[in-house]
Amino acid sequence: MSANDDVTETLDVKGASCPMPVVKTKSAIDDVPEGGVLEVLSTDKGSMSDIDGWAAGTSGVELLEQVEDGDVYKHYVEKTA
Amino acid sequence: MSTEPSSTADGAPPSAAELQARVEELEETVADLDADDAQQKMTIVATQGTFDMAYPPLILASTAAAFGWDVVVFHTFWGLDILHEEKSQNLQLSAVGNPNMPMPNALAALPGMDRLATRMMENRIDDNGTATIEELIDLSLEQGVDLQACQMTIELMEYDEDDFYDDVTVGVGAATALQHMAESDIQLLV
Repeated sequence: MSANDDVTETLDVKGASCPMPVVKTKSAIDDVPEGGVLEVLSTDKGSMSDIDGWAAGTSGVELLEQVEDGDVYKHYVEKTA
Repeated sequence: MSTEPSSTADGAPPSAAELQARVEELEETVADLDADDAQQKMTIVATQGTFDMAYPPLILASTAAAFGWDVVVFHTFWGLDILHEEKSQNLQLSAVGNPNMPMPNALAALPGMDRLATRMMENRIDDNGTATIEELIDLSLEQGVDLQACQMTIELMEYDEDDFYDDVTVGVGAATALQHMAESDIQLLV
């Protein structure tokens, strides 16, 4: 099963660059219920490494999947606690 | 806190109850230490007030806040202008003595060159989707970053406390900054 089957909310930060994808992802995940999955759509190439690093260093979130779809980098973050 | 093993005055080994109390005391101490370690802390000292130097502290501070860290940015000397509501809108890039500028110093020193260089950079920032300084300040404050304005510098520059963005901390000095640095996992001078 792919992570994007379970998306609870989508955050569109296309066009925004560092540090916005991470900062906005943090704000958005706060409003996601526990067990929910946040989909983040970004055009920032650095977001692949940054959101990975942010998720690894942040408690209560888990990065499920990252997909490069044309110009858009898609991230799936689960709120685990 | 004493680390000596407890014993009675006559040198007899401690009773089970005394040992039990001691174990509980140590467990509480360890729990407190764990709680202290749970949150990372970062202190940045921002000393520069040019357009380009305003970005690194704000980007790192807002990102660290997204990690859930406890973040203090202590603004002193020219760094104070970043928090100054009016001056922060008008921070300049210096064209003179800037080896990254594609022009000789003799040209860079002409009137209006700083303004021109700043305008060019602002356009690039806009095209790139990079946040403005004001956006980064708002974001940082929203996320609970403690943006501190050095009291000594406020007085030195003859600024008024009302000149700064709401929620900026005033009335703090070097001792406050050092105290945060001592407790921080990361300390940066920008």
